Amino acid sequence: MGDEIHLKEKSRIMDSADMERAISRLASEIVESNQGTDDLYIVGIRRRGVPLAERLVDKIESLEGNRPLYGIIDITLYRDDLSTVGANPIVNRTELEHDIEGKNIVLVDDVLYTGRTIRAALDQLMDFGRPRKVQLAVLIDRGREHRELPIQADFNGKLVPTKHTEIIKVMLKEYDDVEAVGIFERP
Amino acid sequence: MKLLIANGHLIDPAAQENTGMSVLVEDGKVTAWIRPGESVPEGCEVFDASGLLVAPGFIDMHVHLREPGQEHKETIASGCAAAVAGGWTSVCPMPNTNPVNDNAAITRYMIEQAERAGLASVFPIGAITKSSDGSELAEMGEMKAAGAVAVSDDGRPVPNAGMMRRAMQYARDFDLPVIDHCEDKSLSSGGVMHEGKISLLLGLKGMPALAEDIDAIRDIILAKDTGAHIHIAHVSTKGAVEAVRRAKNEGINVTCEVAPHHFTLTDKAVEGYDTNTKMAPPLRSDEHLEAVIEGLKDGTIDAIATDHAPHHADEKALEYDRAPFGITGLETAIGLAFNELVHKGIIGLVRLVELCSANPARIFKLAGRGTLAPGSVADVTIIDPDLKWIYRNSESRSKSRNSPYDGWEFAGAAVATIVGGRIVYRR
Amino acid sequence: MEKPFRRRDLLGIRELSAAEVIGILDTAENFSEISNREVKKVPALRGKTVINLFFEASTRTRTSFELAAKRLSADAVNISVSSSSVSKGETLIDTAMNLDAMAPDCIVVRHSSAGVPHQLAKVSRAAIVNAGDGANEHPTQALLDAMTIREHKKQIEGLEVAIIGDILHSRVARSNIHLLTKLGARVRVAGPGTLVPADFQHLLDSETSIDRDNIGSNIHDPRPLAVCPSVEDAISGADVVMILRIQRERQDSAYFPTLREYSIHYGLTNERLDLAKKDAIVLHPGPMNRGIEIASEVADSSRSLILDQVKYGVAVRMAVLYLATGGTVQQPGRE
Repeated sequence: MGDEIHLKEKSRIMDSADMERAISRLASEIVESNQGTDDLYIVGIRRRGVPLAERLVDKIESLEGNRPLYGIIDITLYRDDLSTVGANPIVNRTELEHDIEGKNIVLVDDVLYTGRTIRAALDQLMDFGRPRKVQLAVLIDRGREHRELPIQADFNGKLVPTKHTEIIKVMLKEYDDVEAVGIFERP
Repeated sequence: MKLLIANGHLIDPAAQENTGMSVLVEDGKVTAWIRPGESVPEGCEVFDASGLLVAPGFIDMHVHLREPGQEHKETIASGCAAAVAGGWTSVCPMPNTNPVNDNAAITRYMIEQAERAGLASVFPIGAITKSSDGSELAEMGEMKAAGAVAVSDDGRPVPNAGMMRRAMQYARDFDLPVIDHCEDKSLSSGGVMHEGKISLLLGLKGMPALAEDIDAIRDIILAKDTGAHIHIAHVSTKGAVEAVRRAKNEGINVTCEVAPHHFTLTDKAVEGYDTNTKMAPPLRSDEHLEAVIEGLKDGTIDAIATDHAPHHADEKALEYDRAPFGITGLETAIGLAFNELVHKGIIGLVRLVELCSANPARIFKLAGRGTLAPGSVADVTIIDPDLKWIYRNSESRSKSRNSPYDGWEFAGAAVATIVGGRIVYRR
Repeated sequence: MEKPFRRRDLLGIRELSAAEVIGILDTAENFSEISNREVKKVPALRGKTVINLFFEASTRTRTSFELAAKRLSADAVNISVSSSSVSKGETLIDTAMNLDAMAPDCIVVRHSSAGVPHQLAKVSRAAIVNAGDGANEHPTQALLDAMTIREHKKQIEGLEVAIIGDILHSRVARSNIHLLTKLGARVRVAGPGTLVPADFQHLLDSETSIDRDNIGSNIHDPRPLAVCPSVEDAISGADVVMILRIQRERQDSAYFPTLREYSIHYGLTNERLDLAKKDAIVLHPGPMNRGIEIASEVADSSRSLILDQVKYGVAVRMAVLYLATGGTVQQPGRE
């Protein structure tokens, strides 16, 4: 996002070691909840959910010796905030190579805030078939008071109660210089 | 009743005068020139022309007034109102009315309608062939007797060289110039703009320049053969200008006119598909525009004529392919001539008056017009050469609004138009 | 009646920058996957209305636009105006204003007269997408051709593309010439002299006037667009051979004597195609006249990508409709 440069970091809530630990714990919880990797299907939500999902897949593989199914969805076309001002959003590809029918899907995103992104991802997922179950894993949950839809995380790296004016940014080496989570504010 | 046009700058090329001079008008005629310092007669109405140009009334050799038959586009009265607002004291309507002006009754009707309107004088142009269908000669002698000053089939040019030759032989007996809209339709049919790079870019069917060149050259050869006076309407191509130049050097009786859009716009204006850029001949490319400018400079081109061609808004609100050819032009011609020719130093004021008044009067043999010498008709165009103004279609006096010059800014305008000694328009 | 965002009209390729073309192609590539899904539909344009206003019959292009609209969940309405507006006594502008009053988000227009989309764009608040106007442009066809080429040749830059046939009347040729040269390909055109005006050589020289002494150049011409003296010259060494459809109805105008003679001298046969690069591909905007502009054995060979073109057509039109109807997201404060 082009305007990130102008944001002022207020505080850092996770460094890369914290993130690593949180991902390990999420991986264990996911495997435990799903009793292994059979029918487990990890789906990253573009953009920052994708590297997180990849790490979860790697971690699960190292824990279990089996690699779960993995896919990517791009929710651009399912958003409910298409409008007529601003720049064209880039539509990226949804990559669900494996059939989702009967699978245990774990959607992965970086931050759970209003719940609208997850709603879009769920709608899209349903157009691809009928999974047995869909769960949600996020690195950061900003708290229920911000939720605009009845959506909660099943697996949660860290609960961070925030104000509306604050922005939580998950920085990943795939996109950013550092690997960390910070609270930012518009100056 | 006396009118003194006082203290203006008189430009009268026919009388070889270009100087500060007051002009006295009595009973519709010019009766005297009064030099600065000479005494002024008593009891005159005075028009103060200080700082203004006083020229013999401008004569538009080529207009379409649409009456009879297409009064929803224009009437003789509305066309004459637009004419005088544009500085024209006389206009010469083409015969493509409905019915075609191919007989004395229609010629007389047009003149009478103009007299009723009491604005500009109308000198009709009769058809060459009956219904302008190219097959049988129209009654040129009768039309001349009724007041026609030339013959033409304009937009439906005589396609057959044999018929054109007979038309010239016959017109010569009556001393009538034959006017040709030069377009070999076997080359241009279906075309809607100049054929060239822009037509290819826009995917519109082109009308090649050579369709005009070939007809112009044919006419010149026929004029040489018959001794008739051929007048080439609205020359727009390099080839036609060059053909006329050569013919004049050879002493062939040929004259020609140019429409203002052909020295102001090129085919680039068609981009955007505004149907008000569609006319015949079409807007040409740069090289043709340059040739036209050269012809205006060196005297090859005799006259500026508007080819005022009003069309109803609904007719122009069509696909480019289907919209009719033609644009209005009476009210913008002087502005365009000043902007593009005079202020750019291409022609001087004397030459401008030749092009718009002296030459048209000479070509159509309009006795007492094209000059303000004492004894001539008191048709006067009074011009402010620097007046800044903006043309707006919405303010046009024509019944139609099909001009591509909407919103153009001009320097130079007729500020008063006098016809037969009466001030019929004042800005 | 200003539009909120004028650039939303797609009137032609000529008006677009190379970056804009690439942006549309990239978006289309991401859309192409949707047509392979079980549920071939996304809600992106739910509640939007697309009018397919076709003044000229075209089953394929209309269907492609209709499917594209429907796969984006837009409501698509097809209006076929068999006769021209003149015969109904309604002007083109009247037609546009009437449709506009029904508040569509996008009007896809095809017309036999060049410039109609431009004329509609001036009076309509809806985004105007050109689905082919006379001999002017057919931008979505060029985009789907480019997508097909990119899919098989990886990139367009540096390619030699031959376009063969009725260049004069072809909107497909014009849009392709603009698109391919913008993206760095060189285009050679060839066909009968009556249908390939020499002035085409200068189509892209924006300022210089036509130099009639310098016509009849060859494939060594360094300019991005060259008129070749023969079909063989144009095809020699080409990476892509694009064959234009011969419109039989133009036979009346006598641009060439007979279809038989056309097929002999200008048709794409295996022998002529052998002059192209070994891995050259063949495109045709369809519908084909087999045995006339293209021999059946070429049309049916694996080098001919005509069905790919049709497939990518839907993805390109989805991308165009998405971008034209305000495919824009206000970034929420989720990050």
